[in-house]
Amino acid sequence: MFSIYCPHCCEYREEEEFHAIGEAHIARPVDPDALTDAEWASYLYIRKNPRGLHHEQWVHAIGCRKFFNITRDTVSYEIKETYKIGEAPAFVA
Amino acid sequence: MFDKNLEKNTIAMMDLLPDASVNARAESPLAHLDQFHSHTNIDTDSISLQEKPFLGHLLLRGNADNTAFKDAIKKVLLCELPKTLACIYTNELSICWVSPDEWLILCEGDKAYKLEKKLREALVGHYSLCNISGGQTVLVLSGHHAHDVLMKSTSYDVADCSFPIGKAVTTTLAKSQAIICRKDKTTWELIVRRSFADYIWHYLHDASSEFK
Ligand SMILES: [Zn+2]
Repeated sequence: MFSIYCPHCCEYREEEEFHAIGEAHIARPVDPDALTDAEWASYLYIRKNPRGLHHEQWVHAIGCRKFFNITRDTVSYEIKETYKIGEAPAFVA
Repeated sequence: MFDKNLEKNTIAMMDLLPDASVNARAESPLAHLDQFHSHTNIDTDSISLQEKPFLGHLLLRGNADNTAFKDAIKKVLLCELPKTLACIYTNELSICWVSPDEWLILCEGDKAYKLEKKLREALVGHYSLCNISGGQTVLVLSGHHAHDVLMKSTSYDVADCSFPIGKAVTTTLAKSQAIICRKDKTTWELIVRRSFADYIWHYLHDASSEFK
C-alpha cells in the first residue's frame, strides 16, 4: 500500500487515485509576446531534474480532481509534504 | 468588461424532460437489462443491487466561504452544504461533497428543473450549476454483505472507522470509479458515469453472487 495525503480531501488515499503532472511553481510569463523563442521554449520545455528534493505538481485524478504540490526526494522517493497550490513548501533544498 | 447581465442570471435554461405531448420515453443507462431482469436483479437480505434511475443530478460549484453563496443555498435547499467528504440526506434531496468547491445534488427527476430555477434565482455572482442527470446514474448496494462486496471492489477502506454513515468518497471501483455514499449501516449509494453503468452493474452482480 502506498498512500498519498490529499490536502483537499484532508486524508491519505491510494496512490492509484493520483497522477504526477511535473515540476511545480512554474509561473506563466505575464507577456508571452515579449519573449524570445528561447525564453518561450524554456518556459514550455526546460525542467529541473534535481537529485534530492523536488517540488512537483500532482492531481487527485480519481478523487476531488484538484491539483496540489508534493515535495519529494528523488533519491529515496520519500514524500516530505503535500501542500495546496499557492502555498509555500516547508521543505526546500 | 463585466457583464451586468451576469448578476441577473440571464442564462438560458431548459427542462431536459420532454412534456407529455412529445412521444418520447426516458431510458436509463441500464434499460437494456430489463429484458433479463429476472436474471440480473439481486434482492436478498444478504445483498441487494438496484438502480435508482431518472433522478435529477445537479452539479453545483461555488465558493463555500462566500456568505452570499452560502445564504442563497440555505434559502433554497433549507440546509447547509456538506463539509469535506460528507453527504446529507433530507426528505427531498441528497447532497454530497465532491471537491472543495463542488457538490452533487440529487432530487426526483421531475423536480430538477424547478430546483435549478430556484437556485439560479437565489444565487448571484460567480457560481456554476449544471444539470448532468443524463450523464450518470445511481446504484444502490445494500444488505449485510454490501460491505463485503465493496471491500473487494475498491481500494478505499470501507470499515466503519474510516467510512462512517454520512461519508461520501470519489474513488476507484473495480476498473472504473464512482462516488460512494454511505446512507446507513448497510446501504451504500454508488453514483456512476452513464457509460460505465453497464460494466459496473455486471461487475457488482458478479461480485455479489457469492453472498446471495
Ligand atoms: Zn483529493
